[in-house]
Amino acid sequence: MEIKDKIVPLLQEQFPETNFEVTDFRGDLKIKFDASLIVPVGNFLKQHDELKFNMCEDVTAVDWATKKKRFTIIYHIYSLENKFRLRLACDVEENHPHIESVVPVWKSANWYERETYDMYGIKFDNHPDLRRMYMPEEYEYYPLRKEYPLMGIPGDLTLPKK
Amino acid sequence: MEKLTKDDVHPSIVKALLDQETNITFEDALENEMILNMGPQHPATHGVLRVLLRLDGETIVAAVPDLGYLHRGYEKMAENMSFYEFIPHTDRLDYISPPANNTAFCLAVEKLYGIEAPVRAQYIRMIMTELARITSHLVAVGSLAMDVGALTVFLWCLREREKVLNSYDIICGARFTTSYTRIGGVAADMPDEAIVIIKDFIAQFEEKLDEAERLLNTNRIFVERLEGVGVISGEEAINMGLTGPNLRGSGIDHDLRRANPYMLYDQMDFKVPVYNEGDSLARYFVRADELRESCKIILQCLDKMPKGEIMLNSPKKVLPRKTEIYTKMEELIHDFMIVNFGVKPPVGDIYSAVENPKGELGFYIVSKGEGHPWKMKIRSPSFCNLQSLGGLIKGHMISDVVAIIGSLDPVMGEADK
Amino acid sequence: MGLEAKLMSDGFLTTTIDALVGWARESSVWPMPMGISCCGIEMMAVAGPKYDIARFGSEVMRFTPRQCDVMLVAGTVTYKMSHVVKKIYDQMPDPKWVIAMGVCTSTGGMYRSYSVVQGIDHFLPVDIYLAGCPPRPDNLLNALMLIQDKIKNTKAREFQNIPLLEPVKVNGN
Repeated sequence: MEIKDKIVPLLQEQFPETNFEVTDFRGDLKIKFDASLIVPVGNFLKQHDELKFNMCEDVTAVDWATKKKRFTIIYHIYSLENKFRLRLACDVEENHPHIESVVPVWKSANWYERETYDMYGIKFDNHPDLRRMYMPEEYEYYPLRKEYPLMGIPGDLTLPKK
Repeated sequence: MEKLTKDDVHPSIVKALLDQETNITFEDALENEMILNMGPQHPATHGVLRVLLRLDGETIVAAVPDLGYLHRGYEKMAENMSFYEFIPHTDRLDYISPPANNTAFCLAVEKLYGIEAPVRAQYIRMIMTELARITSHLVAVGSLAMDVGALTVFLWCLREREKVLNSYDIICGARFTTSYTRIGGVAADMPDEAIVIIKDFIAQFEEKLDEAERLLNTNRIFVERLEGVGVISGEEAINMGLTGPNLRGSGIDHDLRRANPYMLYDQMDFKVPVYNEGDSLARYFVRADELRESCKIILQCLDKMPKGEIMLNSPKKVLPRKTEIYTKMEELIHDFMIVNFGVKPPVGDIYSAVENPKGELGFYIVSKGEGHPWKMKIRSPSFCNLQSLGGLIKGHMISDVVAIIGSLDPVMGEADK
Repeated sequence: MGLEAKLMSDGFLTTTIDALVGWARESSVWPMPMGISCCGIEMMAVAGPKYDIARFGSEVMRFTPRQCDVMLVAGTVTYKMSHVVKKIYDQMPDPKWVIAMGVCTSTGGMYRSYSVVQGIDHFLPVDIYLAGCPPRPDNLLNALMLIQDKIKNTKAREFQNIPLLEPVKVNGN
């Protein structure tokens, strides 16, 4: 039995009441579930003897520009032992978008979450050091949100005097 | 480097620096701890990295890297242009190895479209990727040597790099930012002249590399400045998300070319160099060994490369050939549609990663069935590798900071995106 | 500025000294390598063995602005970086020149986005705009030669009476 077929049954066994939405597109396995479960699911996937998803490669978000479930947080995790990559997805709402931080599970998520916060304004609860990654600290907008224009808002960033 | 006053540093960065209670002041350096600013304009930070150092005497107590001085908004721009238009932008991500980035991006888009380039194109891409790895590691080794004081090696590495750039010049007409790959193939066939140049280069490269290594490996200053400096254990390296030579320097045998082979790497015979020490010297050794392995791969590719097509024949998804556009009506229409509206991919999201010289470069593309991506996330290796910097330089001296940054080999173009 | 003060009046001797000073200045233009991104790598290539900027007397790349004559802004300048570039420019002693290397430095180039300054002439006086993304090293050498011409043709006394921290206005262009 391949690792790909094992993950979902194992997850379902551990979390019987949760609805796991599984998609398989071009060989990429993606599992979508409720945002409140991200830390327990992450812990389970990391510490399970067979799965061992010990490396968090990326955290990002997608802005769907819809009223309901506006953002989806995407996690890419990798199992060095099984050489397999898994994608986790959680929806969050537009009004006060927030999700539990996975830094206690995967240390490397620290900067990825900061970047996501910088670009989308999604708060990661209990993040050790949540501040802007790229833009200046006092910047007020979130550039990768769909309503933000490509060329920025005039006057939002200052230039030195000539 | 300059000494800072409290007003120069944003309060939130100060908070990150002073994670515990201290009697720190910003004025009296001799008796207390002080904060020193390094970068963004500093010769050893490889671009525009800024690191704020909290010092006790000359020992680093805490360090906070500050990024974003080269944040160019790639991900936002990608949402506003078609896949074809983004290819030149990938050159400027990791600007020391442009062909490798081109290949990575085209592989990602091809995965989304569900197409595959012809065999000859794949071989050409592999040759270009490995040449890019050679240039990248040459610059990495050279600048690391320069940072710790051995300028000669830097000049020798640049000399060798120029020879590779000469071959780029003949293959695709640009010596540096190549934009060579296309979705479904490569832009132009590799001429025989270029093959001769590449073979000549490899024939003499081994000797030159030995020469440079003799200068470094037996140099006591070089070895002592790197040995035991910036040690990271294998487990910690995985936790911090290190990839590429930095991970392999910590004893973890992980190379995406082996683990999840893409293109034709599964048919190639090459070693993945692994060193267990996890210090700066080990990371340098991994790069030096990879230079030799890349040469081996290139020679195998040149031997095995068949004649044939270099672009996939799939008019609805791949740009037609220029000669056909000028003579045939249908190709002209396809060309017009692809250039103006882009190719419509299926709805879905994919993540495709390759082993770049710096580590794992991944593209996460979300498609809504339009000619441009709905979202594109670039998972850049330098960004993730830099994350470990704060932990690595803790407890070392100021002069070790440059050695550690040099051994991590970040490129700010892709770290800041 | 002592030498310039002596050269205020025209005359056979002063024009000859002027030419001498101009020659000395043009053959020892020390660049301030402001290597920000891709162009910085080509700048390294210029300093390297093949193109060898030492032929033009400019191999002395100092990373402190206080010893430099010409600033090579090599790479995309973002809004966050612009303050740093300006600060370094202000620290350079007069007279000073600026080369905007590459299109994204000159005009923003391919980066039409929220974080990139659309041309450094929004906050710096630029002497040479250099085309290419990145320009080939030969092109950078050409820019250096143009700067040298400009320096040679500027009389020493024209550098006089310049208020501190104000951009230099040079004849022509």
